Amino acid sequence: MSTPIITEPTDPRVFHPEEEPHHPEGHSTPLGFWIYLMSDCLIFATLFGTFAVLGQRYGGGPGPKELFDLWLIALNTAMLLFSSITYGFAMLAMHRGDQKEVMKWLGITAGFGLAFLAIELYEFNHLIHIGAGPGRSAFLSAFFTLVGTHGLHVTFGLIWMAALVLQVRKHGLTSANQRRLECLSMFWHFLDVIWIGVFTFVYLMGMI
Amino acid sequence: MSDPHEGHHETHAAPFPHGTKQDYVTGFILAAVLTAIPFFLVMSGIFSSERLTAFLVLICAVAQIIVHMVYFLHMSPKAEGGWTLISLVFTIIVLVIAVVGTVWVMYHMDANMMPGMMTEPPAN
Repeated sequence: MSTPIITEPTDPRVFHPEEEPHHPEGHSTPLGFWIYLMSDCLIFATLFGTFAVLGQRYGGGPGPKELFDLWLIALNTAMLLFSSITYGFAMLAMHRGDQKEVMKWLGITAGFGLAFLAIELYEFNHLIHIGAGPGRSAFLSAFFTLVGTHGLHVTFGLIWMAALVLQVRKHGLTSANQRRLECLSMFWHFLDVIWIGVFTFVYLMGMI
Repeated sequence: MSDPHEGHHETHAAPFPHGTKQDYVTGFILAAVLTAIPFFLVMSGIFSSERLTAFLVLICAVAQIIVHMVYFLHMSPKAEGGWTLISLVFTIIVLVIAVVGTVWVMYHMDANMMPGMMTEPPAN
């Protein structure tokens, strides 16, 4: 019976760096947040795919031409587009270190965001009121899921914006707060990109 | 490591790509035009061909998404050493497979499973 001979290496071999390489805090946040947005994009891809399959299944109920008012959708689109550029102005003010301007533009952005949500809720309420709720047909189920998910994202974006306004007011434009504002900027512009898909495929294509 | 509660201003906290005012204004004008065109095409019904209208609306949407990516999200092939662009391309590939695949498969399911074809299997 032989025992395996274990030889201790004379020189301790190093398999990992002794010290973690030093990175500034938050240096990987832009890429990490971008990858989160891409995963969110896939959620919307599945919902768009569902809508593409079910969007013509009216089940004897009303179709887009009887339900949608394009003037209302154009107004809603304008609200979101205005909120995109006003958030951009908030970011420009942030790079200048002008806290007052940041608060002003964030407030205006939140106002446009709230207007968007109000118009969307008015539309949903109107549809449900005339008996075209999500239970009416497969088309309306897919419609409410897709547009509602986008609206929910906008809602959470607004909650996030309110939290950041309080943070900036309390702590000022610290590096952490700047990073948070940058992330919300990406989120907010990303929601506008999703809305392009919504008004094109759901509203405009349905009304042609 | 900087204390997040420190009251000092630190510019360039994280390497987020920046835009200039010119970028935002250009992006906004392009986006507004690319929004107005498809709404006008559909609301006025200027083209009698539905196919042509749908095609032009689609072109505007793709152009507007690119405008938003470049001017508002500051996408560039060089950002983050190209990793944002690679993850975007990957996402688009998955997205196209998921959406086109769904539509394709479901169309054939629909076409091949009409109620008239649902006959009872012959009893032996």
